[in-house]
Amino acid sequence: MREDVGAVVAAHPLFAGLPGPVADLVGSCARNVALADGALLLREGEPADTLYLIRRGTVSIEVHAPGRGPIVVEHVPAGHVVGWSWIVPPRVWHFDARALGPVGAVAVDAQCLRDKATDDPAFGYQLMSRLFGIVVERLQATRVRLLDLYGPGSGG
Amino acid sequence: MSRALHPLAPRLWRVASRTVELADVVTLGVEPDTDAGARFRPGQFNMLSAFGVGEAAISVSSRPGDNLVGHTIRDVGPVTHALALARVGDVVGVRGPFGTDWGVGPGPGPDGSPGDDGGDVVVVAGGIGLAPLRGAIDLLAEGRRPGSTTVLVGARSPDQVLFADDLARWSRAGVQVEVTVDVPGPGWTGPVGVVTGLLDRTRFDPTGAVALVCGPEIMIRFTARALMARGVDPDRIRVSLERNMQCGLGWCGHCQLGPLLLCRDGPVVPYAGVVETLLRQRQR
Repeated sequence: MREDVGAVVAAHPLFAGLPGPVADLVGSCARNVALADGALLLREGEPADTLYLIRRGTVSIEVHAPGRGPIVVEHVPAGHVVGWSWIVPPRVWHFDARALGPVGAVAVDAQCLRDKATDDPAFGYQLMSRLFGIVVERLQATRVRLLDLYGPGSGG
Repeated sequence: MSRALHPLAPRLWRVASRTVELADVVTLGVEPDTDAGARFRPGQFNMLSAFGVGEAAISVSSRPGDNLVGHTIRDVGPVTHALALARVGDVVGVRGPFGTDWGVGPGPGPDGSPGDDGGDVVVVAGGIGLAPLRGAIDLLAEGRRPGSTTVLVGARSPDQVLFADDLARWSRAGVQVEVTVDVPGPGWTGPVGVVTGLLDRTRFDPTGAVALVCGPEIMIRFTARALMARGVDPDRIRVSLERNMQCGLGWCGHCQLGPLLLCRDGPVVPYAGVVETLLRQRQR
C-alpha cells in the first residue's frame, strides 16, 4: 500500500517533477482517505497535524461565526492542497475545512513530514519551496479579491 | 434622396425591450431605424444618448442578426442611470457602431495580431465584462469551429452573475462554462476565488489558442499573466479596454491610451506589446 500512496503523491501537482525517492519519502507518511459530504478535514483551534492533498472533489475553507453559520472563504478543488498551519507555531488550524460533496485525498502526517524534513534538509527545502509556492499563490489571489474588483463603481 | 447624418448626430432608436439583469444592470433592446443600423461585429460599441443628460459608450451585447440591438448598462453615473431607467417605447440616441471587434472567425485579429486558426478559444470575463463578449460567445457556441470554447466568469457574488440563462444555454451547447465568485451565498457550491484560479481546472490546448478577456483592468492584467503562464501566446490574447470615449471617431483624443485612441483602435486590442506595457505604467 505504501507504494500506491507514493505513486499518488508523486502524481499530485504539489510534488510533480520531484525525484521518485522524494515522493516515496512523503508517501511513507501518507494514507488515502475518503471523506463524506460535510465531513470536517480541519477544525479551527485544533492541533494542525495533517497536510491534505486533494485528489477528488472540493473542500470548502470556512470560518464559523455565531448566529451566521459557516462563512465560506474559498473553495479548494482537486489537485490543490489543504492545511499548512502545521509548518509554523502555534500549529493550530485557523479555519475550518469541510468536504463539499465526497472528497478523496491523501492525508500526510505533519509530524512525520517535519521529522523527515529535519533529518534531510535537501528534502525539507524541496518540500518547503513547493508549499511556499502555494502559500504565495493563495496570498496573491486573496489580495486580488480584497480589491473588490467587481464592486460598485468598478470597471468592467 | 436620403441625407447622410453627421457622424456626431445620433439616430433616434426606440427601446423595444428592457430586461433587468441584476439589481443595477439592465439590457435595453433597441430597434434600429434601418437595416444598416443593426450591422455590427461583436466587441464593438455604440454611443447612447439619454437626451438632456448626456452620452455614454455602451458595448453591444446582442449578436449580429438579432432584430434588436442589445446594450447592457450598469447604472453607475448620471447618463447610465438615465439610460437604465428608459422604458419600452422611449427613444434613445444612438451613434455607432464604433471600434474593433473580437475577431472571432477567419481573418486577422485586432491590429494585425494573429487570427483565429480554429484552435481552442478561452473567454475570461469579470463582472459586467461578460456583456461585450456575449455576441462573440453566441457565435462560438454554434460549434462551427474545430477548437473547443471555454467561458470563465468571475463575479462578486452569485446574485451578481450576469446572463445566467445564457451561461446555461452555452453549457448545453458544449461550451465549457465555469463561474467563480468572491463572496459566496448560502447554497453556493461552485468555485470561490479569483477568476484566474479557474484556469487550473480548465481543459484547453494553449497552442494556437485565442483568449478573449474583458473586465476590470486589474483583472485583465492578472488574467493575461495567468494565460501566458499556461502557455497562451500573448499575441493571441485579446482584451477590451475602456477609457473616456466621447466622439467615437478618433477625433477628440479623450480616450487616448499611449499611441492608441481606444474608440478607434480599440476597444478590442491585442494584449502583447503596447497594451501590456501601458497597463503596467504608473499613472497619477
